[in-house]
Amino acid sequence: MRATIDANEATVSVAYRLNELCCIFPITPSSPMAELADEWSAKGRRNVYGAVPSVVEMQSEGGAAGALHGALQGGALSTTFTASQGLLLMVPNMYKIAGELTSATIHVAARSLAAQALSIFGDHQDVMAVRETGFALLATSSVQEAHDLAAVAQRATLEARVPFVHFFDGFRTSHELNTIELLSDEDLQALVPDELVLAHRRRAMSPEHPFIRGTSQNPDVYFQARETVNPFYERVPGLVEDALRALAERTGRRYHLVDYQGHPEAERVVVAMGSGAETLRQTVAHLAGRGERVGALTVRLFRPFPAASLLAALPATVERVAVLDRTKEPGSFGEPLFLDVLGALAEAHSRGEREKMPLVVGGRYGLSSKEFTPGMAAGVLAELAREEPKRRFTVGIDDDVSRTSIAYERGLDVEPPGTLRALFFGLGSDGTVGANKNTIKILGDEGLYAQGYFVYDSKKSGGYTISHLRFGPEPIAAPYLVDQAGFVGCHHFGLLGREEVLARAAPGATLLLNCELPPDKVWDALTRPVQEKILAKHLKVWVVDASRIAREVGLGNRVNVVLQTCFFAISGVLDREVAIGKVKEAVRKSYGRRGQRVVDANLAAVDRALEGLAEAVVPDQVTSKAEPAPIVPASAPPFVREVTAAMMAGLGDDIPVSRLPADGTWPVGTAAYEKRNISDLVAEWDPDLCIQCGNCSFVCPHSVIRSKYYERTRLDLAPAGFRSAPLNARGLPGTSYTLQVYLEDCTGCGLCVEACPVSSSEDPSHKAINLSWREPRVAAEREHVAFFESLPLAERARVDFGTVRGAQFLEPLFEFSGACAGCGETPYIKLVSQLFGDRAVVANATGCSSIYGGNLPTTPWTANAEGRGPAWSNSLFEDNAEFGLGLRLAADHHAAIARERLLEMKDAIGPELVEAILEAPQRTESELAAQRARLVELRRRLGRLDGGAGVADLESVLDHLLRRSVWIIGGDGWAYDIGSGGLDHVLASGRDVNVLVLDTEVYSNTGGQASKATPLGAVAKFAAAGKTSEKKDLALQAIAYGSVYVARVAMGADPEQTLRAFREAEAYDGPSLVIAYSHCIAHGIEKDGIILRNGLDQQYRAVASGYWPLLRYDPVLRSTGANPFLLDSPRPRISLHDYTGQELRYSVLARSDPAEAERLAQVAQEAVDRRWATYEEMATRPAGSYAPDARRGR
Amino acid sequence: MVDLSTSYMGLSLRNPLVASASPLSHTVEGIRRLADAGVGAVVMHSLFEEEVEAEAERQVALSEAGSESFAESLSYFPEVPGVEAAGKRYLSVLERASAAVEVPVIASLNGTGPSGWTRYAQKMESAGAAAIELNIYSTPPGPEEPGRAVEERHVDVLALVKAAVSVPVAVKLSPYYSSVGEVALRLAEAGADALVLFNRFLHPDVDPELLEVVPGIGLSRPQEGRLARTWLALLRPRVDIGLAASTGVEGPEDVVKYLLAGADVVMSASALLRHGPGHTQVLLDGLREWMSRKGFTTLGEVRGALAASGPDQAGRERARYVEAMRAANSNLTGPW
Repeated sequence: MRATIDANEATVSVAYRLNELCCIFPITPSSPMAELADEWSAKGRRNVYGAVPSVVEMQSEGGAAGALHGALQGGALSTTFTASQGLLLMVPNMYKIAGELTSATIHVAARSLAAQALSIFGDHQDVMAVRETGFALLATSSVQEAHDLAAVAQRATLEARVPFVHFFDGFRTSHELNTIELLSDEDLQALVPDELVLAHRRRAMSPEHPFIRGTSQNPDVYFQARETVNPFYERVPGLVEDALRALAERTGRRYHLVDYQGHPEAERVVVAMGSGAETLRQTVAHLAGRGERVGALTVRLFRPFPAASLLAALPATVERVAVLDRTKEPGSFGEPLFLDVLGALAEAHSRGEREKMPLVVGGRYGLSSKEFTPGMAAGVLAELAREEPKRRFTVGIDDDVSRTSIAYERGLDVEPPGTLRALFFGLGSDGTVGANKNTIKILGDEGLYAQGYFVYDSKKSGGYTISHLRFGPEPIAAPYLVDQAGFVGCHHFGLLGREEVLARAAPGATLLLNCELPPDKVWDALTRPVQEKILAKHLKVWVVDASRIAREVGLGNRVNVVLQTCFFAISGVLDREVAIGKVKEAVRKSYGRRGQRVVDANLAAVDRALEGLAEAVVPDQVTSKAEPAPIVPASAPPFVREVTAAMMAGLGDDIPVSRLPADGTWPVGTAAYEKRNISDLVAEWDPDLCIQCGNCSFVCPHSVIRSKYYERTRLDLAPAGFRSAPLNARGLPGTSYTLQVYLEDCTGCGLCVEACPVSSSEDPSHKAINLSWREPRVAAEREHVAFFESLPLAERARVDFGTVRGAQFLEPLFEFSGACAGCGETPYIKLVSQLFGDRAVVANATGCSSIYGGNLPTTPWTANAEGRGPAWSNSLFEDNAEFGLGLRLAADHHAAIARERLLEMKDAIGPELVEAILEAPQRTESELAAQRARLVELRRRLGRLDGGAGVADLESVLDHLLRRSVWIIGGDGWAYDIGSGGLDHVLASGRDVNVLVLDTEVYSNTGGQASKATPLGAVAKFAAAGKTSEKKDLALQAIAYGSVYVARVAMGADPEQTLRAFREAEAYDGPSLVIAYSHCIAHGIEKDGIILRNGLDQQYRAVASGYWPLLRYDPVLRSTGANPFLLDSPRPRISLHDYTGQELRYSVLARSDPAEAERLAQVAQEAVDRRWATYEEMATRPAGSYAPDARRGR
Repeated sequence: MVDLSTSYMGLSLRNPLVASASPLSHTVEGIRRLADAGVGAVVMHSLFEEEVEAEAERQVALSEAGSESFAESLSYFPEVPGVEAAGKRYLSVLERASAAVEVPVIASLNGTGPSGWTRYAQKMESAGAAAIELNIYSTPPGPEEPGRAVEERHVDVLALVKAAVSVPVAVKLSPYYSSVGEVALRLAEAGADALVLFNRFLHPDVDPELLEVVPGIGLSRPQEGRLARTWLALLRPRVDIGLAASTGVEGPEDVVKYLLAGADVVMSASALLRHGPGHTQVLLDGLREWMSRKGFTTLGEVRGALAASGPDQAGRERARYVEAMRAANSNLTGPW
């Protein structure tokens, strides 16, 4: 049977059917394997042994590996799916599993490792880091191979008793849709005989025949025992070859451990693994067809290294070999595959087994899914033909630092002539990707082979998508982006400015534009460069006003079906009438589940699309004088203009090595240069109605609402239309107030409108801040923002930090992030940046907040006018608390040194200043300002001293004399699961760190998998049947220590309490934990059709129902004899259902499993009642009933 | 000894008191409480086709929000059931309640289109509904629609559902037809197994402060029963199908009045909600007490004892109207 699926699905389809247990944890890009396994298990799908596999989510990959080890020792056929850091966390167990000769296959969507930066994309760094564990490594280079060899690996591991890692390239293969032949259950059973399974079970631990495994061995036998496994490893290549033969006999698909393709008497050969090998094979076939004596060697089994097979496969005529590694091993003699190939050849030659010793060079390619194209493959072969090829090289980049990169010809086309290539540029919200997946299905059903690969923006809101589609009569083997597309769909007129839209179009291609202009007016709206390219490439331009059609038929901004219809109407891929019929059929099939209204609207969209489609009038010469707007303003710093701007424009691939920071250090504040204009509706202030409470600015997730007060006379210079109102505060006459919306950065989420407490008496729906159309205001507001920025900021020492009204005047040092519109996390982060940003260091766990906080090209953390601001870093997912503690320890150590030096140099510096510095209270902003002034004076005086070791030493650490604010920020996946051990330890450390847990109650960044923060009764991935355990009470755990300041907050319920908790937490001299309710797209909430708009309402309901009691636990109060446990929210006023009923994560269960939903709802209500009773009782206890803070009284 | 057992559209009931749609009949537990309290049957609240489908549509749309936009999170939810699973919650309660209680559980349906009426009726039958009550409540497409067309639609719906299911089908009528009796007779002829008199509609109200239209529904009052009793009395001699009285039951006397007027069963929602399911026994004890006091031993003797009959009905009714008006004017209570 044929199907068009990606390698994740192709792999798990086999792994699920051949296993009894899956121990899982989400990590990109392998998560879909775990998700599918979980989904199938929840639906009761059976494996080939007739049982439903158990799928168990663990707290980390380390946990998954431990559970895997145990399950294997228990005799169950078990697997896991992972990538990148996840695989690294499995390393300790992998040694154990291999050391005990345990049969298992781990399936890996191979991904980059976090080094100078994290990357979610594909290369072999992760799998290369486990090559010493004793696992066999089996590489696959296509979706079909991943499917087939997943079964081969399972058979081989059961037969050989050596565990396997089966890997394929993350994203490039894991996420590439490709048409493949599926293995049936019968195929799988034939490939993996039952006897192998029974033998595996017999090896299990059992009290019926006890033994001990996992002993501790000493110098006498450890070494020998380690050598016992050699025969098992020696058998592996043969057993894999047997399995491959068995596969071929059943399916006709023949693979070898090492496959050679190309000229039988090749002189130049390139060796590679993974999807790059596929590109290489196609390129070599093309070149060999032209008579070139070239070849490609695909290595499938990398460990145990099949040297004999490799030597046998490599033609004796070969004179030069290039070995390509998709990894980087800094400081090594060469990358792993290169070393092995070189070693195998050298050994064979030196022993006289191979006559000719070819020249062998090693190259790196494709890190972090960097493209590897036929042009690059040919470039490697061309390099080999040079007189002196580089010993080590890179291909695909411009390395102008170490000169490793080789030249290559771009645009080499080796694809079969019958291939239709199409590209679609859309926005995430417009459904383009979904429509293209539909198109693939339609054409797949027509007997065509199809390939789909989708590229996404680095922003979570308002991002673009690029769909790369290929169709043809033969299987498609082209694991690289579409170039020279015969059809280009530009589904959003604004995207036409992206270089690659037209750069990737083939001469004579069809360009379909979604455009509101009629066919005879479109040309005039194009910029000069776009016109030039259209003419130079002789593009045929078609237009359709898809946005209007979609709107009018009731589909909102989902233009996908309109444009999909147009694609079929003009691409000629199918007969037009047949194609339209198929589109309608597909609409009925894929939208049926959304209801008849949606189906009808989409059917109407099909008909309207055909009516509205027209070929644009394209004159024969360029007429436009319009130049594209600069990506960033000319005033931006050089780095931003030259590097950041190129990345923003989609030209990052062309940036040479020399322009990039060597150690992962990037400038702050770059998001401000990216005016994304992603929402048509944006916030607008009504100064007459406004009471200047600051609520809107407090909750704004994107920091686009700013407030300032200033002398009224400054308005004399204000541009026309600049809005202001008299400041609503006593004691400041003649002062004006402005609430400025940065509308080019506004995402239209509407949280501000929801937070606004005032309504117009004439029109209750009109508030002091409202959403209105961006377009008519944008030009004027640009000037207003510029003028607003010229107004002075409020002096921090004069701002009332204790109220929301006051906090609005504090400058946010976190702005314009790419988080989801309406994000529930970012307002808290912004608040930290406002309150403490100019003296904060931030340790940020991997997750949403590290992505919208640190995903290039532009990032939101920024500095103030003095150049101060939060210093931010992301270490890993699992270690964030420890990483943050390290920052604290370093700061404390250096502060101690500074104090010591100060005392030593007291007389030289001046005793009064030294004493003032050492004894300065640093709680209030004015005290901090005074200390800053003292430190300036100190630096000045030190400059006048003669120097010496002490002076330089003090100068290097004196910044630490200003109280540093250490923040440890992360989501619940980190705090409750993977990082919980570390967090627990850090909270117990007694050190002055501030932990902010942005609790969305799921792993948001990887797409909504359940964590231990997920509430009882909620549905999430990995908890599709509703979570059946209670959310962990992290607050109570921390309170138990007695020395931890703890707060649970929800800004939508009580912003003042949030503000108080943040300030108390920071001021507390010890560990603080703030758990912040963060509404999330994974909760499934909307209001008036805007996702997350009711996020604040839901926070209110969460608190009002007693689900999320607001509390503070302040150890300082205990030390004064007062009850430290403060319950800040009133008794529940609404039922739990009044809160949960609004959210899809709860309400969906009522439809998927109504009886269970009712049961869980009741249990959850009881849990809420019980917990409330506990808290209420705690709030009345005497101080002495709580643990003392033993650090005190020393 | 008084025997309260009766039959309603072919269903054998232990007594004529039927709990009709109220918050109590929304849950299995509520239905169990009603059955335990002694009611003869339970009618669930109505499944509104557009409501359950809109909920399903909304859920699917919500589950897809933000999907296929960002490489790490190509979706945020496990697959959620589509519109095909609309109404599952209702059907699940129906299924579990039918299995949990001895008394018949009658489903109530308010569809929008022909396929909806039949599809959901069939699902209800599969879920174990003892019978289906059609709650035909639809806003006319416009004020232009003639009354006849409205009536035709109702008859068509009944015919469709009757053809689709084999359990008995009742129609809950509104009192707002030009000729309620004629509509009732047509429905009986079209195969209705019972008629329920009458539906209480939501009458939206206006909030002058908020400047909003607000939905309005209140608990019924005994006075509302008079209209139903008039029509029960008129229809009883003319149709040989089940007749149910709905609306306005507070005390046993209301039950008695309905039975005398010709009802097979008497439905109560408001009183059971006001006083709790235990009120069932108050109503039944009162009925028993009245029957023994009056010397009745079976409901057959009571049912329709005061129904209208004979060819001079029109003249008698007019006379009764005149009498009633006179009574009203002299500030006395009417016959019902």
